[in-house]
Amino acid sequence: MNSPPKLHPGLNLGPAHGDDHEAAENSIFGFWVFMMSDLVTFGMFFALYATALHATAGGPGPKDLFDLSSVAWQTGFLLVSSLTSGLALLHVKTHHHRSGAAIGPMLFWLLATVALGGLFLWREIGDFQAMAAQGALPTRSNWLSSLWALVGLHGLHVSIGMLWALVIALGVLLRGVDQRWKLTLLRWGVFWHFLDIVWIAIFSFVYLGGLR
Amino acid sequence: MTDSLCGNLTWDSIMLVKAWKDPNVNNLITAGAAAMIPVGALMVPLLLLWTGWWRPLFRDWLASVDHKKIGVLYIALAVVMLFRGVVEGTLMRLHHATALHGGVLSPDHFNQLFTTHGTTMIFFVAMPLITGLMNVVIPLQLGARDVAYPRLNQIGFWLTASGGFLITISLLIGQFATGGWSAYPAYTGSIFSPGVGVDYWLLSVGLSGIGSTLSGVNFAVTLYKLRAPGMTFMRMPLFLWTSLCVSILLVLIMPPLTVACITLGLDRYLGFHFYTNDLGGNLMNFINLFWMFGHPEVYILALPAYGVMSEVASTFSAKRLYGYPSIVVATMCIAVLSFLVWLHHFFTMGQSALVNAVFGIATLIIAIPTGMKVYDWLATLWRGRIRFTTPMIYLCGFLVLFVIGGLTGIILANPTIDFQVHNSLFLVAHFHNVIIPGVVFGMLAGLHYWFPKVFGFRLLESWGRTTAWLWIVGFSVTFFPLYVAGLMGMRRRAVDYADPAIQPYMIVAAIGSLILCLAFLALLGTILRSILLRKQLAVPLGDPWDARTLEWATPCPPPEYNFAVLPEVTARDAFWEAKENGTAYAPVEKYEDIHLPPPTYYGLWIGAFASVLGFAVVWHIGWLSLLGLLGSIAVPIAYALLPYREIILPAAEVQKQDEAWRCAARETDGVTRDEEAHATNRGLAKPDELEIEFAAAER
Ligand code: HEM
Ligand SMILES: [Cu+2]
Repeated sequence: MNSPPKLHPGLNLGPAHGDDHEAAENSIFGFWVFMMSDLVTFGMFFALYATALHATAGGPGPKDLFDLSSVAWQTGFLLVSSLTSGLALLHVKTHHHRSGAAIGPMLFWLLATVALGGLFLWREIGDFQAMAAQGALPTRSNWLSSLWALVGLHGLHVSIGMLWALVIALGVLLRGVDQRWKLTLLRWGVFWHFLDIVWIAIFSFVYLGGLR
Repeated sequence: MTDSLCGNLTWDSIMLVKAWKDPNVNNLITAGAAAMIPVGALMVPLLLLWTGWWRPLFRDWLASVDHKKIGVLYIALAVVMLFRGVVEGTLMRLHHATALHGGVLSPDHFNQLFTTHGTTMIFFVAMPLITGLMNVVIPLQLGARDVAYPRLNQIGFWLTASGGFLITISLLIGQFATGGWSAYPAYTGSIFSPGVGVDYWLLSVGLSGIGSTLSGVNFAVTLYKLRAPGMTFMRMPLFLWTSLCVSILLVLIMPPLTVACITLGLDRYLGFHFYTNDLGGNLMNFINLFWMFGHPEVYILALPAYGVMSEVASTFSAKRLYGYPSIVVATMCIAVLSFLVWLHHFFTMGQSALVNAVFGIATLIIAIPTGMKVYDWLATLWRGRIRFTTPMIYLCGFLVLFVIGGLTGIILANPTIDFQVHNSLFLVAHFHNVIIPGVVFGMLAGLHYWFPKVFGFRLLESWGRTTAWLWIVGFSVTFFPLYVAGLMGMRRRAVDYADPAIQPYMIVAAIGSLILCLAFLALLGTILRSILLRKQLAVPLGDPWDARTLEWATPCPPPEYNFAVLPEVTARDAFWEAKENGTAYAPVEKYEDIHLPPPTYYGLWIGAFASVLGFAVVWHIGWLSLLGLLGSIAVPIAYALLPYREIILPAAEVQKQDEAWRCAARETDGVTRDEEAHATNRGLAKPDELEIEFAAAER
């Protein structure tokens, strides 16, 4: 029978991967569906933030708090980490369709992504500390609550993505780049890029918009 | 100050101790109910040990990833919780019968009752019922071996169960919220509700909500990707269409609820200002988030019921579903429109008249596709070979009563009228009028219809019919008087009333609620009695109702893998067509090995840690929260790193099982519809003359 080619949104392993590629469709499609749910979650936090723009209750506002140079660094780290995560996946795609391919380069890019995520978090936490030092805690106003929750949720996602990458690294070392870990990597890739997109929205809407 | 070992938990938090120290009526009622928990927690394990059932329970059920078993677990959870919900509803009705200027229950106790009743009924009765039924039916109707992610399915169940655990344990330890099932701040904020009640609400609803999101993802992928060869969208049985809409809704509308829970939690635990009265807090945001979830939620509950009713109508009149494409379109329209009407739950909260008008009209429009469906169902019955089995009685009750509920909904959709009756018993009557004849009747009809598929034997018709009539009568007697009481001015969520003219209606409603209790007991009776008579009621050959869709093309109960070979679908009512062509039980040429997911305790572990986490967070027990959190993270990591081996069932074994069933079916002489409810019905159908004549007329 002539079945349609198996494809899913995002990076595909390709027919060279045989069964692994076939199995990817359902797994990755489902993860996209889940990400859509997560997107709505972020959407709701954005909506809460939008309604809170003027609810500073006499406390500090965007112009008093935002440090664009730090945010620019964070953006840089995250964008580059998207590149390295993509390189990890590309290496799997181009090398791991046959057994015995070296896992070193893939691990390198994976851990580089984790490191860049760490740098991002380091700067982000620094920003939060600076805000706290100025008394801009989430308990101060509705606007600050919304800001801490929205940006914090993104930061939480980044941490989860990093933990996930470490688990993948461990799993690949233990069991090799088999079908299960290939699919996990693909899902993780979708997740990591998703974080980047959400960050772009936060960067433009919250930070650039706030200093307008 | 909180103690570091036990957090805010003290001896006095335990209801039984509280009732001992202060034995008033309210405490005694709660303590009586609460006492059932430790008694149950002691009795059930003892019983399991004594009978030796614990081993099969764990091995065959709790470790199973079979969608049918997980579905049964969901439904069992729902029935247990329904017991609590019905008792609480009845208690409130009995209280109101005497509550002219007062009554038995204290206001605080009454508030807890309607809050737990509402929360339990929606999140732990209605939701598990629909998820359970979808679990059982989707893969079978689809011609698939399981859902897309069997393990995720198990996790979803245990998250729901841990939510159910929290709301149950709140009866014994501490107390539940008093802010209604919708938990509006600022009342539910930490200033006005300082205790643990709202925290219990947040965590039980939040955890089960995550479970529902996962189920939604799972079902959506199953329906998109695992359809049997040839099962195009327009060949899917209607229940699958409604399930697809429900899955999409679940994926998109659970997040607002989760966000509402998280943000209210941040307000309560960490002093954020999302919904407080001061420092810019905006409680309308919560109300919007809640109903962005809450309105589509009612369609999540109602759509599967429409699906069941469509299957029931066509099976028990032996006719194709009338106007299938129009019902499909109507279902989709309802799903889309359900996103656009949430504001009708708070017309009175200060929007402009224009905004209210827009949402009012959007709400009215939903009546059009829904009305269309009602006509389609009626036309399906028209000149069919109708049998008045239990599901058909529910269908008739549904057609009459649900339409009345819908009509009162149309009344409420008009903002000017809503201003008069908002938050009155008129509203309570309205939503029970759509939920009980709609959702509950639908689910009970589905339970009767598919019970033999899962367990291998039918439910007793005599008991089933009595039960159905008790539900219909009980519902009408309980809730129709509430319309009148509402129009006379009685508020909802009010512990008492001052107008003596209302009391007669309350007395009638109380009597009705007792009939509903009987109906619940009769439901249990039906199941128990049928279990005792299961030999007589067995329908091993698989098709007791002369049905039309693929789930009946398997033995009752089906093997774990459902289909020995995946069916090829060439028409809408695939199994009916196969029966007409005489190929339904034809021998299969070639069998292949079947891969099955291995049993696992993954879900159970997640549920256990989630319950610990929830309980510890409610009581501010730091170390235990950390333990629950770390456990919830460690379990997925551990399972990801452990080896995963599928079970392979060899083709020869599959062939042996499948051929035995096919041969038996070919060698048995089936029964006609006259004998459907007799012991001679072994699950093989033989068309009778009436059926053939009607079918010819239909063409
Ligand atoms: C079985 C018989 C039932 C009885 C006797 C009953 C009775 C009641 C009563 C007395 C109330 C409080 C009305 C008030 O506010 O004054 C109530 C509220 C409610 N009921 Fe039921 N009910 C029943 C079944 C159900 C079912 C099956 C569901 C849903 C699946 C349901 C969902 C609700 C909800 C959501 C509320 C609102 C709670 C709130 O105000 O927050 N009930 N019911
Ligand atoms: Cu609504």
